[in-house]
Amino acid sequence: MLKGLALTFRHLFRSPITVEYPEQGLTFSRRFRGYELVWDVGRCTGCATCAKSCPQGNIEIVTSRGSDNTYKVEKFEVDSGRCMFCGLCVEACPYEALFMGCGYELASYQRGQLVLSKEELEPSSERQPSGYARPKVEALMPRQTLLIDRTKPSPRKPKISLGSALSLSKGWWRK
Amino acid sequence: MALKTEPIVVNIGPQHPSTHGVFRMRVTFDGEVIVDLEPCLGYLHRGIEKLAETRTYTQNIPLTDRLDYLASMTNNLAYVLAVEKLAGVAVPERAEHLRVIMAELMRISSHLMAVGAFLNDCGAFMTPFLYMFREREKILDLFEMVCGQRLTYNYMRIGGVSHDIPDEFLPALRRFIAEMPGFIDEYDQLLASNEILLARAKGVGILPAKLAINTSASGPVLRASGVKWDIRQADPYSVYDRFDFGIPTGEVGDVYDRYWVRIQEMRQSVRILSQAVEQLPSGEVCASMPCLLRPPVGEAYGHIEGPKGELGFYLVSDNSIAPYRFHIRAPTLINLTALRDMTVGWKLADAIIIFGSIDICLAEVDR
Repeated sequence: MLKGLALTFRHLFRSPITVEYPEQGLTFSRRFRGYELVWDVGRCTGCATCAKSCPQGNIEIVTSRGSDNTYKVEKFEVDSGRCMFCGLCVEACPYEALFMGCGYELASYQRGQLVLSKEELEPSSERQPSGYARPKVEALMPRQTLLIDRTKPSPRKPKISLGSALSLSKGWWRK
Repeated sequence: MALKTEPIVVNIGPQHPSTHGVFRMRVTFDGEVIVDLEPCLGYLHRGIEKLAETRTYTQNIPLTDRLDYLASMTNNLAYVLAVEKLAGVAVPERAEHLRVIMAELMRISSHLMAVGAFLNDCGAFMTPFLYMFREREKILDLFEMVCGQRLTYNYMRIGGVSHDIPDEFLPALRRFIAEMPGFIDEYDQLLASNEILLARAKGVGILPAKLAINTSASGPVLRASGVKWDIRQADPYSVYDRFDFGIPTGEVGDVYDRYWVRIQEMRQSVRILSQAVEQLPSGEVCASMPCLLRPPVGEAYGHIEGPKGELGFYLVSDNSIAPYRFHIRAPTLINLTALRDMTVGWKLADAIIIFGSIDICLAEVDR
């Protein structure tokens, strides 16, 4: 019991490893797969590779043929209520027009608000692209907070040797 | 004079904190002693096997994340191994090593969760659980760094892995390897010399080796019964034949042995990790694959030693872009079949820890 209390005692003096979330936050990974998608309208050619690669069939694209024989994207809708953040659409995009997002607070009061239209998907101040499958963006992102950087290197090695736990305990507690 | 009482049927679950999900047990008691136990499954059935038949081979990888959500990486690995076997794809060396690193990190993480939840069931409410969670958090940090998610990784791809590791991954992993054995010792010392834990766990819920083999149990449940069977050595996949590691086995197959085997396996996983980091070659991380894979007509079964046991995927291809049949051999479903034999004759409180020691994940059992 004293050993257990000694460990508890040591834990009293270490720095806290959790943060108070709504007030404070940690920096997430550079490849974070957050807020479903950020869509760059200038690069998109309307090829619909992303829609084909989506396991849920979430992405709806309607295109029309423009005057200079290119596709014009009429409708680009993502139902984020069904999105599972797998990132396959972002990996599939051949023109780097799709990005995963950086946000993670996406609760909504109505299901209808979860269907995101073309305008809502474009990058804005709260909808920033993340570096998932996009090395150029990844290089610009801040470094991830790691718990391993915040704990002490290694605890004091106990005297008990590896694998001896079983032999130590053979039957002595029944006496 | 022994008091004779009527047997009474008690329903435990599906909403019960110690059933690790939505699991229902119909238990018949004689007084406080269990005379019969019947697991009732299916509360978390999502039809993943059928769903997978309508999706392409690549689109099924995120689905496998949702089987055993505490060990998504190994689910991915088992599935892509089956597809690679079906399609005859060669995987680059670096990708194989990265897969081993991820699978072993996942094994440590899953065992930490198993041990923590088991101690929770024993009555050490939340304290050891949160110690384990601190170490698990470091592993999740590493996974998040590599693939951007903390639970549903979707990292493995057919022919390799989706991304190479970032520069800061290896230093963080080396630090983790250096400090993890110390933490395991710390917890093991705290728990294995705890008289209450020993009194609760020693000799309880014994699964004899013969019965364990007959119920085709696998993983720590089988090894705790003294059977030395580990697919990493019995049928090496990926590059496991290049690493030197031991297979810890228990003696009697009680609850304590299952706990002990998991602790020892974490140590062996740290050994594999340090070797894999040393041997990590440079080069490509994914073979070049067609956009839509059409494997030749045939069938393949890919199996790995997952944290909870033998995880296998059986695939049948009809040369289309989606599998014709997609079957999962879920280790915990099969380990659950031994639950009745382990619990009969014990009391209710013992049934809870016996159940906890199997380490099941209902998302995988019902799928």
